[in-house]
Amino acid sequence: MTHPDFLWRNPDPRPAYDVVIVGGGGHGLATAYYLAKNHGITNVAVLEKGWLAGGNMARNTTIIRSNYLWDESAAIYEHSLKLWEGLSEELDYDLRFSQRGVLNLAHSPGDVREGRRRVNANRLNGVDAEWLDADEVKKFCPVINVSERARYPVMGATLQRRGGIAKHDHVAWALARKADAYGIDLIQGCEVTGFEITGNRAVAVHTSRGRIAAGKIALASAGHTSVLAAEAGIRLPLQSHPLQALVSELLEPVLDCVVMSNAVHVYVSQAHKGELVMGAGIDSYNSYGQRGAFHVIEAQMAAALELFPIFSRVRVLRTWAGNVDVSPDASPIIGRTPVDGLFVNAGWGTGGFKATPGSGWVYAHTIAHDEPHPLAEPFALERFTTGALIDEHGAAAVAH
Amino acid sequence: MLLIDCPHCGPRDENEFRYGGQAGIAYPETPASATDAEWAEYVFLRDNPKGWFDERWFHVHGCRTWFTLRRHTVTHEIWNP
Repeated sequence: MTHPDFLWRNPDPRPAYDVVIVGGGGHGLATAYYLAKNHGITNVAVLEKGWLAGGNMARNTTIIRSNYLWDESAAIYEHSLKLWEGLSEELDYDLRFSQRGVLNLAHSPGDVREGRRRVNANRLNGVDAEWLDADEVKKFCPVINVSERARYPVMGATLQRRGGIAKHDHVAWALARKADAYGIDLIQGCEVTGFEITGNRAVAVHTSRGRIAAGKIALASAGHTSVLAAEAGIRLPLQSHPLQALVSELLEPVLDCVVMSNAVHVYVSQAHKGELVMGAGIDSYNSYGQRGAFHVIEAQMAAALELFPIFSRVRVLRTWAGNVDVSPDASPIIGRTPVDGLFVNAGWGTGGFKATPGSGWVYAHTIAHDEPHPLAEPFALERFTTGALIDEHGAAAVAH
Repeated sequence: MLLIDCPHCGPRDENEFRYGGQAGIAYPETPASATDAEWAEYVFLRDNPKGWFDERWFHVHGCRTWFTLRRHTVTHEIWNP
């Protein structure tokens, strides 16, 4: 068997498409894939201003789980997790999807109550969840420090055994290859600069490579969604922030699960290659700079060492930041916009990677049928006016 | 780390401050008659520009004063007229 030189073509844009997706990251590629696979819509272009999957798709910490508190979130994230469970086979590509278990630590009686409540909520929604006390945490993850003398002692944890990690690049490449095979044009180096709106309908995008007419236009541009929406005259309740992450030097296998802590602000896993992958909370200020401040890294390291004294001599290899779009209730915004034919899928904030297939699935349905997929309906923009928020600050795991 | 010029205390490190988001957001003048859309605008909608941004900062570990700063959201440069 010979390996192909390239997994997808690198076409020039054609003058018109049925659907134009703005943003060639995970969600944009998944949306393109499911438009073709589930809805038979293949006259589609994915426009990416840089290179495919070079934004947050290349910068996240690849954690996958579905243990969110509210029914609406549990439904969409669990749908996504179920898709992950069959995705390697479906895309015929080893995504290195590893269901090694995700621990969410509790460090105070309040955390314990919240964690137990979330376990019960998850179970009622058919999401696997267990409560572990400190001894059980130690048994499940022996390198963790559960001493009562710690500044923020580990008092227990929620465990989702079906949670884990995947190899983000493989996910993007696999989706891109399949989308390309359906005849979808993945166009790189093509920045959208504006929209052509006739009456109240979006009919074309203006790009750095010329005008492209579109039956429907779907934003999947994460941290830059506000900038694009403003070009169409739409204000969205989003704020763009830097979110930093880092990797250590390569180590022998030492940590075989994912550990997250809301209270001390760090999440850690060990990638297949051996590096520890860590992330923390967002930098406080608005930014499009794709970089953050070192004191945030320093605080995150202090938290990590508190939990894992064994890592005290591990060296940091590389730090970086992505540009995440945070919504007021830490839940995404999916659906139609006030402009006909223009759709939005944004606000995934700090946790979009886990949702990649689920997001693409419901977004493709929403675009194809011009009405929200039942799982996407609660996440419509209107909730900020009606007040039907989906407040996931507790389960989002990252301080906003 | 940003070096932020507090109007009271002078230049101090960013981690002495807390961020307060967009400046100039006024409470609805007639709250009793404000519509749901107006409340949504006041509570949830903020500008998110790529460029210069007027924003509030709070010197939480210093003089505990709120003040407004103009900062660039790509370069992180602070406006110094």
